[in-house]
Amino acid sequence: MSLSVTLTINHVPRTIDLDDPRVTLLDLLRERLNLTGTKKGCDRGQCGACTILLDGRRVNACLALAISHDGAEVLTIEGLAQGDTLHPVQAAFIAHDALQCGFCTPGQIMSAVGLIGEGQAGTDPERVREGMSGNLCRCAAYRGITEAVVEATQAMTTQQEAA
Amino acid sequence: MNRFDYVRPRTVAEAVAAGAEPGSAFLAAGTNLLDLMKIGVARPARLVDLNHLPGLSSIEALPDGGLRIGAQIRNADLAHHAQVVRRFPAVAEALLSGASAQLRNAATVGGNLLQRTRCSYFQDTASACNKRAPGSGCDARGGDNRLHAVLGWSESCIATNPSDFCVALAAFDAVVEIEGPAGRREIPLRDFHRLPGSTPDRETDLAPGELIVALRLPGEAAGFAPHSRYVKLRERTSYAFAVVSAAAGLRIEDGRIAAARLALGGVAAKPWRATAAEAALVGAAPGADAFRAAAGLALAEAKPSGDNAFKIELARRIAVRALILAAAGTPARLPALPASPFAPIPGGLHG
Ligand SMILES: Cc1cc2nc3c(=O)[nH]c(=O)nc-3n(C[C@H](O)[C@H](O)[C@H](O)COP(=O)(O)OP(=O)(O)OC[C@H]3O[C@@H](n4cnc5c(N)ncnc54)[C@H](O)[C@@H]3O)c2cc1C
Ligand code: SF4
Ligand code: FES
Ligand code: FES
Repeated sequence: MSLSVTLTINHVPRTIDLDDPRVTLLDLLRERLNLTGTKKGCDRGQCGACTILLDGRRVNACLALAISHDGAEVLTIEGLAQGDTLHPVQAAFIAHDALQCGFCTPGQIMSAVGLIGEGQAGTDPERVREGMSGNLCRCAAYRGITEAVVEATQAMTTQQEAA
Repeated sequence: MNRFDYVRPRTVAEAVAAGAEPGSAFLAAGTNLLDLMKIGVARPARLVDLNHLPGLSSIEALPDGGLRIGAQIRNADLAHHAQVVRRFPAVAEALLSGASAQLRNAATVGGNLLQRTRCSYFQDTASACNKRAPGSGCDARGGDNRLHAVLGWSESCIATNPSDFCVALAAFDAVVEIEGPAGRREIPLRDFHRLPGSTPDRETDLAPGELIVALRLPGEAAGFAPHSRYVKLRERTSYAFAVVSAAAGLRIEDGRIAAARLALGGVAAKPWRATAAEAALVGAAPGADAFRAAAGLALAEAKPSGDNAFKIELARRIAVRALILAAAGTPARLPALPASPFAPIPGGLHG
């Protein structure tokens, strides 16, 4: 069977030939498509640095085989802003200084976008912390991260109500 | 990771045929399989992808009030399914206490049932491990074995089963539906995983090519919904495997226990259903005395397999706590940290 995979990546449909079935979505993004915003921390599902939205759901790209996701939609940190307008989660991370070195940040932001979409945590900081526990931060910026996610949730709810 | 062939069957029959070829492994989400392939513990010659198969991704209501859950249903979707939350709340709580939101969004029902042990010697190909390489020995004996089994272990292997989900499934009599080269059959979840004996490499009752197609939760188990909990002790607040855990369900009539369900996690190579404890609870008034006696029975046969005697007392206390919380009633909404033993306990009782 031909190892080609069609994915819509950051709103653009692409067909990619794979010479090897072992390629994960993470390696496909970083090494074949030069989308290096998605980070490789552990490569084993333990840190969340590789979090992307796959068909709208947050998952670890390091434990997803690219070939198995033929036809899927992928959203990475590079596809989140609309032109120069940051996504509310990106803006909230800046406002709350929710990072130090920044390595975990793309994963944190994609995870937060997924969490807000799931609608299970609301603005309860305890539920936000639990919902974000799949994203580790070596710099321990957790306090700012929780505040940023709570604020972005509020901002996005207000936006929705206004619309 | 070794190189493998990739096949994408279009029907269950094709999947079973491809799965029966020597060296094949089914690929569900891959959150366990790909992880083990990256470290050389799993080396399948062929991956049979279940992700494009029709018919494995629905949840159906059954005439008996139970649910039939397709093998490819994702852990998060099952945990948030309205019928599961309402009728089988301990199953939802167990699922939500496992892994991370990202992993639960991907991980499937079938894959969760077949996830491998987290024994670090099993994961390290330089170590002796009878499960990974039969006959090579067991480096966990005399090694770092704090988190290993206290029930049902053998001289060959002292590993535990890491699944939270399976503990709740064992407590509430789930049934595994299987399609294989020899046709269709089903196995109660309680009998699905094996104790190690002298063949720790044989972890379940599945034969090569046999595919889990669905899981059934019996309607009878919904009778425990008002009094069902899963409690899990971990070494950090969230996103960690259980040190020990317990799923408990009570049916209380006229102030007495009419029926009880209790299963323990993190203690053995399989989810440990505590039937003697359940029998002892029937007819008793729900309360700490009855629960302590039951937990004692559940762990009566336990013995340390290494530096893990502490787990026996811990498992007793977690069992008592799960029963106390179940008696107090299933919360209308799960606590922020599902299955946490640090949640306040009614009456301030300590396990
Ligand atoms: C960092 C991390 C933390 C975790 N923490 C927890 C935790 O706290 N609690 C917990 O319970 N789990 C935890 N897990 C494990 C997780 O639940 C499993 O990895 C997941 O459930 C496996 O599902 P999958 O669909 O990815 O299976 P896969 O990895 O695709 O498959 C696993 C096995 O099942 C077989 N298989 C899959 N589907 C079928 C089928 N239908 N029929 C026959 N065989 C099949 C595969 O061949 C393979 O052998 C954690 C995992 C990681 C990586
Ligand atoms: S306990 Fe079991 S899995 Fe761990 S090293 Fe020993 S044989 Fe292997
Ligand atoms: S790189 Fe994927 S979870 Fe760490
Ligand atoms: S900001 Fe450095 S790892 Fe999170």
